[in-house]
Amino acid sequence: MGEDGESPKINHSFLRDYVTEADVISTVEFNQTGDLLATGDKGGRVVIFQRETQSKGEPEELGESGEYNVYSTFQSHEPDFDYLKSLEIEEKINKIRWLPQQNAAHFLLSTNDKTIKLWKVSERDKRPEGYNLKDEEGRVKDFSTVTSLQVPVLKPTDLMVEVRPRRVFSNGHTYHVNSISVNSDGETYLSADDLRINMWHLGITDRSFNIVDIKPANMEDLTEVITAAEFHPKHCHLFVYSSSKGTLRLCDMRASALCDKHSKIFEEPEDPGNRSFFSEIISSVSDVKFSHSGRYLLTRDYLTVKVWDLHMEKGPVETYQVHEYLRSKLCSLYENDCIFDKFECVWNSTDSVIMTGAYNSFFRMFDRETGRGVTLEAWRESSKPRAVLRTRRVYTGGRRRRGDVGVDSLDFTKKILHMAWHPAENIIAIAATNNLYIFQDRVNPETQ
Amino acid sequence: MFSKGTKRKFPDGGEELPEEGLPSSNEELASASYSLQRQSLLDMSLIKLQLCHMLVEPNLCRSVLIANTVRQIQEEMTHDGSWQTAAMIEAIAAAGSGCSGAGAPPERLVATEVLCRPGREMTGGSDAEPKLFSVMGYDGCREEEVVAVEEDSICSEAASNVCLSGSMGHCWERGVLRGERELDSRLGAPDEDVDVEEEDEEEEDNDLEGCRDEGEAKATRQVFGTFEIKNSHPGPESALEELFSDVDPSYYDLDTVLTGMQAAPKIGPYDLLDSLSQSHSPSSLGSAANCRSDLNELDHIMEIIVGS
Repeated sequence: MGEDGESPKINHSFLRDYVTEADVISTVEFNQTGDLLATGDKGGRVVIFQRETQSKGEPEELGESGEYNVYSTFQSHEPDFDYLKSLEIEEKINKIRWLPQQNAAHFLLSTNDKTIKLWKVSERDKRPEGYNLKDEEGRVKDFSTVTSLQVPVLKPTDLMVEVRPRRVFSNGHTYHVNSISVNSDGETYLSADDLRINMWHLGITDRSFNIVDIKPANMEDLTEVITAAEFHPKHCHLFVYSSSKGTLRLCDMRASALCDKHSKIFEEPEDPGNRSFFSEIISSVSDVKFSHSGRYLLTRDYLTVKVWDLHMEKGPVETYQVHEYLRSKLCSLYENDCIFDKFECVWNSTDSVIMTGAYNSFFRMFDRETGRGVTLEAWRESSKPRAVLRTRRVYTGGRRRRGDVGVDSLDFTKKILHMAWHPAENIIAIAATNNLYIFQDRVNPETQ
Repeated sequence: MFSKGTKRKFPDGGEELPEEGLPSSNEELASASYSLQRQSLLDMSLIKLQLCHMLVEPNLCRSVLIANTVRQIQEEMTHDGSWQTAAMIEAIAAAGSGCSGAGAPPERLVATEVLCRPGREMTGGSDAEPKLFSVMGYDGCREEEVVAVEEDSICSEAASNVCLSGSMGHCWERGVLRGERELDSRLGAPDEDVDVEEEDEEEEDNDLEGCRDEGEAKATRQVFGTFEIKNSHPGPESALEELFSDVDPSYYDLDTVLTGMQAAPKIGPYDLLDSLSQSHSPSSLGSAANCRSDLNELDHIMEIIVGS
């Protein structure tokens, strides 16, 4: 700060060091080609990054991939106020989803707690010059000076990226929207809040279909909420939603208009040996993702990630421990509310690797073929650009290696909640509070 | 911290003692420790439920999970038989003043350690109906108007969204002031402090567990009601006035508090800075919901920024 020297005793360092709450990234999403990466933050802003393409004529070196640079920034949502309930509506962007590209422009959906917006992102790199009636600055010419007619021509200009709101889908939700998912039909999408799921048509903003409603007649009986929802990547009539009780429900919209009755329910029976007062809380599913193939589901609960086969409802086919060493700390984590953190999970492009976040800026990757997991860190101080990420370990007993981190030294304020994996290559985007890390696999940049 | 996986010791239900082996001092200790932990967890959960009222828009998922945890604990306590005579307490409450459950009875919450002292039992039967609460009013505080409160008591009968009963309120006060000072003091209006200070220490021993249980039942029943604890009792006011003489009396104004709590933007450490640059009216910014400590922070930050 250092504005004046009259108050030398006042310590300004806290102002320098603090993270602006509004800059905390709340969602990360690649588009379908992976050339664009969008992030949303708590301040309601969306930042789009674009991958630099190789210069024409240069041979593309294996492993030398383009970097992501800022392409556009815009304010998606503003803080709002619900006058009926006298409550503020946060402008934090909960989710961003890209639409499949159909023309030169890109479209994305962004949502806060209540309102979903469709944005059109288009480029303008030419402008017409040589108007007859207007001069260069756009002012109307004096007609008497016009002696001849000319045809305006398009001249290249600096690239301009324009972002305009095309649709605003409001008043569809009483509760907080936690998920949006674009349907494979390219025309509809769903939005899910704590108790209901609506299906919208991308072109219609004043109507939506309610397809799931789990609100009990008597709110006293409420014991379960919807935590995430997603359309099947290939079947436009199927979608899945997860609940706070750890169940997954697959619904078929052909069965009935209101899909309260699930077609399949995926639930793992509780392990009686691990029962505690926190069992239910840690079983709550924070994220659910279909695999690219559409055959599997990936879910994240507090301590594990699980892979489910759509054909088998009685339990997951694979379970990976993310941070089992926290099981003995559940009471503390309950006290400081960390137990309610909602971590996301992602598939790689071939569905062979899954990834999720943890604490202390750690994130975990699991190779499904070998069953092995690795811990990596997204922390500026320990990784320079182009440095190889080294694996980390949390010390839980046995031989302690150098670099191991003790469980009690973990920083629970540094949580990796949001992440995305490039749809085709081994490039990942990790949001760590207000920083975005993009990591590329140089050894195997292209997935087989 | 507490160890994980607190064992469920009463699978059959209704048994007071574990069946395996003879009760030894170790087991009794373990049992007492377990009860203590469980009680502490219950307290924590109830406080969390109350605190979430203060957030601008409570996170429904979190609230539901906490409420389920509370329910689970209460069910287990019922099986244990440590669920005290809520019925008796309700009788007292009913006999108390007014229509509201906020009746005057001198029920006060006591600190956890007192409750967990062995032998501290309510008079009368232990066969009280387990008051398995049901969480209601998730819509309450958000979809309906705040219930007007008459004077200092809370009217909880008519409206579905409401306020915590007086007894529970005091439970919270005690809990907050004694055990949880580090919690966000947005919880309390100054009235609470008034009430707590007034409490007669001897009265603590009365109806302790009943108060707590009854309070819990009501609290979780009204989890999303506005719960301004306004059941101030007449007491030695001079002493109180002395203590709180530096507090702006407008904080005591119920309307200010209620509207302030509802309308005040979520105040986090960074929001305070933002709010400095906005011209908030004194009533909204100065509402008790923001509490004195926030104002102190505000002053502190103002000082730094102004450089005075």
